Amino acid sequence: MQQQILKVKENIKLTENIYRMVLCGEISAIKNSGEFINIEIPGLFLRRPISVCDYDKDSVTIIYKVVGKGTEVLAKATEGDSFDVLVGLGNGYDTSVSGESALLLGGGVGVPPLYNLCKKLIADGKKVSVVLGFNTASEVFYAEEFKALGADVRVTTVDGSFGIKGFVTDAIDDIDYTYFYTCGPEPMLRAVYNKTTTSGQFSFESRMGCGFGACMGCSCKTNFGNKRICKDGPVFVKEEILW
Amino acid sequence: MVNTKVTLTGIEIDNPVIPASGTFGYGQEFSELYDINCLGTFSFKGTTAEPRFGNPTPRIAECSSGMINAVGLQNPGVEAVKSKELPEMKKFFHKPVMANVCGFSLEEYAHVCEELDGEEQVGWLEVNVSCPNVHGGGMSFGTSPAAVGEVIKAVKKVTTKPIIIKLSPNVTDIVSIAKACEAEGADGISMINTMLGMRIDLRTKKPIIANKMGGFSGPAIKPVALRMVYQVYEAVSIPIVGMGGIMDAEDVIEMMLAGATAIEVGTANLIDPFVCKKIVEDLPRVMEKYKINSLSEIIGGAH
Repeated sequence: MQQQILKVKENIKLTENIYRMVLCGEISAIKNSGEFINIEIPGLFLRRPISVCDYDKDSVTIIYKVVGKGTEVLAKATEGDSFDVLVGLGNGYDTSVSGESALLLGGGVGVPPLYNLCKKLIADGKKVSVVLGFNTASEVFYAEEFKALGADVRVTTVDGSFGIKGFVTDAIDDIDYTYFYTCGPEPMLRAVYNKTTTSGQFSFESRMGCGFGACMGCSCKTNFGNKRICKDGPVFVKEEILW
Repeated sequence: MVNTKVTLTGIEIDNPVIPASGTFGYGQEFSELYDINCLGTFSFKGTTAEPRFGNPTPRIAECSSGMINAVGLQNPGVEAVKSKELPEMKKFFHKPVMANVCGFSLEEYAHVCEELDGEEQVGWLEVNVSCPNVHGGGMSFGTSPAAVGEVIKAVKKVTTKPIIIKLSPNVTDIVSIAKACEAEGADGISMINTMLGMRIDLRTKKPIIANKMGGFSGPAIKPVALRMVYQVYEAVSIPIVGMGGIMDAEDVIEMMLAGATAIEVGTANLIDPFVCKKIVEDLPRVMEKYKINSLSEIIGGAH
């Protein structure tokens, strides 16, 4: 983990309340897809943890939904603004265990961390199937970006206004996969847990204090003892999850 | 050249900066970020007799200039602290450490203190008396002078190291409790623990924290902490470890002027993991700015 001052290069609206921000600076502490960063918000006390959507040698991309005071401040940021950010947090996804065909299942703001993961798996020569779930057509984002990486992409919407009607778990029956990776709201993660037939990795969200393992604010019980979502996670393998 | 050394219950420390229990784990996460031997010492995670998972989540809520937590004393229990955490800590921390102890009965306080008193690296036992007494109708030990006195007697019988009693601010008269600590033989007082608080989620219309109430901490409570340290300093002659909302080197000096011999930094560690290192490095500059040659000379200077 490092504390860095990062500069906003881009902050654009993707849908009604979903934004993409690109932050530039020293981000070499980021090592894996599925990590998160923790952003200090001027005027607010606690940092805001946001998952890494993509990164390269000197920039990190995040996609966030405006839900409260912190993300409202983020949404108003413009090019050249800077933020104090802790980078290199969380364990991230392990791509070495995917086998030949990986299935990626994302729901809503759980979609972003799968993007860099998809990029890495494809670079490793894996076949990648992606299913992205949203409530309705106006909330859909990043389907084209995943396609551009070379993945086979399906979109589901709860109301059927775009793609397949239903949840992500309604669209995977005919997909062959050796391993899966998922991120999304907890009811979706539970459905994925029950429906999938292989092992896989789940990324969890939590209200956090510090984000780096000190405060025990985001502890959870697992089959392998108590864990901290921020430090031991946010990614957990199917076998350790205790609902 | 300014002098940042202070002497806490007979033990000289390089500077008065001590990360507070519950915000610094057993030092491991922070030792990966900087050499934590720059600290005066640190107070490790509150330890109970048995392992505890603590409260359900959410355990954290944000406030203006602070936060509320209801972690519920999650810790691996005293046996694991002795067999696993302390041997690990020795590898990266080479100073006497402050062992924070919690208990839900007099027997538990005595047992945990006795176990940790035997550990070479433990320099002080910091006894958190904010826990509810399961044999006393659930009332916190720290809310009555008599109950605090009982804890000190039980602990003193089985220990050799300095006992610092960590006081709760959620009482009608903290001075009478501090006096009881001194009368019963406590070697020092640390104060203040968190203040009871609550936040309510407008979407669910229910308290944000699963435990409903939690401990309010951060810079918002600093004036209360300063006032209480100031009052207690006038009433007792044992040393006070001051805490409550300390964010920077100026806050350290302010707390020492109120009467603290050393200070603890808690919540600030959670939003800036490097804050204690920054405070230690910044102290000489701030001391020079305010014409302070030696920190030990300013203790209680505001009186």
